[in-house]
Amino acid sequence: MTEQQRKKTAYKKKSQLMSIWHRFKKNKLALFGLVVFAIMLFIAIFADFIVDYERDAISQHMTKRFMSPSAEHIFGTDGFGRDMFARIIFGARISIFVGVVTIALALAVGAVIGASAGYYGGYIDETLMRIMDVFLAIPQMILAIAIVAALGTGMVNILIALTVAQVPKFARIVRASILTVKTQDFIEAAKACGTSDSRIIARHIIPNAIGPIVVQATLNVATTILVIAALSFVGLGIQPPTPEWGSMMADAKSQMRYHEYLIIIPGLFIAFTVMALNLMGDGLRDALDPRLKN
Amino acid sequence: MLRYIAKRILMMIPVILGISLIVFSIIELSPGDPVSLMLGDGASAQAVAELREQMGLNDNFFVRYARYIGHAVTGDFGISYRNKVQVVNEIASRFPTTLTLTFWGVAISVLIGIPVGVISAIRQYTFIDAASLFSALILTSMPAFWLGLLLILLFSLKLGLLPATGVATMQHFLMPSVTLAAASMATIIRMTRSTMLEVIRQDYIRTAKAKGASAFRIVYKHALRNALLPVVTVIGLNFGTQLGGAIVIESVFAMPGIGTLMVAAVRTKDTPIVMAAVLFVALLASITNLIVDVLYAYIDPRLKSQFVKK
Repeated sequence: MTEQQRKKTAYKKKSQLMSIWHRFKKNKLALFGLVVFAIMLFIAIFADFIVDYERDAISQHMTKRFMSPSAEHIFGTDGFGRDMFARIIFGARISIFVGVVTIALALAVGAVIGASAGYYGGYIDETLMRIMDVFLAIPQMILAIAIVAALGTGMVNILIALTVAQVPKFARIVRASILTVKTQDFIEAAKACGTSDSRIIARHIIPNAIGPIVVQATLNVATTILVIAALSFVGLGIQPPTPEWGSMMADAKSQMRYHEYLIIIPGLFIAFTVMALNLMGDGLRDALDPRLKN
Repeated sequence: MLRYIAKRILMMIPVILGISLIVFSIIELSPGDPVSLMLGDGASAQAVAELREQMGLNDNFFVRYARYIGHAVTGDFGISYRNKVQVVNEIASRFPTTLTLTFWGVAISVLIGIPVGVISAIRQYTFIDAASLFSALILTSMPAFWLGLLLILLFSLKLGLLPATGVATMQHFLMPSVTLAAASMATIIRMTRSTMLEVIRQDYIRTAKAKGASAFRIVYKHALRNALLPVVTVIGLNFGTQLGGAIVIESVFAMPGIGTLMVAAVRTKDTPIVMAAVLFVALLASITNLIVDVLYAYIDPRLKSQFVKK
């Protein structure tokens, strides 16, 4: 066997996941997104090892108000003398945590609804999807605000509000994916073997329908991070003194004429995180698209 | 065509009722008693009980929901808990601001987004294409309210060219509209580009080229009209998002619209205002979807003919 042939067979043996990764990493922008997001994730997870939450991000130091970025405080200090760098780092934790958990929950609930609708069809499908349509008719931001109006502000309530607002989207995507897979022969075969419905959905349908769902989930984490920031900015999201990027900007708004770094820095972090997720999502879509396979 | 529109309007009714039921349930489930909110902490137990009875709060959920809908149909959305004015008047006085803002937001995003997307597609892989895709990426990744703040920082505080807050003149609407347009402009650029790229490769474009039609005519007469279909859908779907975005942008620029009203009402737990505002916005989004669907049938005669045959 020549070297070339050996390479060829080795390539063929690659798992599905490996070949997706192979295509993904060819996309430099997507790889850049992945690296940026990995850094943000690292910061969010290990925030406690980088700065001290109580001392740097929460307690107020009136003698140190509005200090411009310097060696001691690389992002400066805010109107309460708190270190902006520390607050930005813990802000990453809030945004990424709420963004990822919201989408995970919405995906789980949406998957159950969408899978039931798509798999059983008929009456169940009609009922579930009409209910989802009604939810979809309410703009996401408005629905989230209405739920916040009922439950009140705070992290858990924001999480619930955003999750409810995202469920219908995932229900629809999961349903659509399942409808395309459902009619294929291997499902028929599994049915003929007497496999239970839940096993067919979990083991045969979902793995084959998951591509577009993962892409959508990645992109929706990005939009959710934007919505959290926006809700917090208008004062209906995460409440001060918890460091959240949007509410940090709301705090600084009245002072932005003199201390523009207080507005610019948190915004840059949101934009970079969201951009990283968008690039990853686009890259994943291209990597998963079977038309690009050779 | 008329039958199609009528059918679509009828189909909207259950959706609107569904929305109102959802919103009503959400608000009902919320803790906090409107009566103690209206009377203040010092109210006597008797006064509280009387007002509860008077407001019909002792009836069950469905009775109250039916009554709310009954009144809402006649334009009565109740009275604000806080400043005791008719909710419908409050909404009506603020509606034009939100509508103007959203209209300009959509208009700017379409007027810039579609041409940029077209140019990007016909000049694929050139510098112009890369630049427009890069701007689209930046615009989708920026929080809209941040863009608004940056614009205020530059044009109001540094250059002193534009007013930062208020709605007195059309100038006041310029920065908010651009801010609102940004994200959906990015979506429209990307969508127009990708559908144009698909359409340009079709046979009828080659035919048009072969018979010697001018490049301009090919692009705008043959390609764009076909490429626009999915773009119109996206514009329609974006409208709801735009309304949601308007809520936040009104706060950035301190504009007296539905958004600032809703945010203030949520903070003060003024339930009738919140409910009516949510209903109005959802209704507006549904009406827009209806208009888009009708427009869709108009742009694509295949859809229309399909319906006429029935």
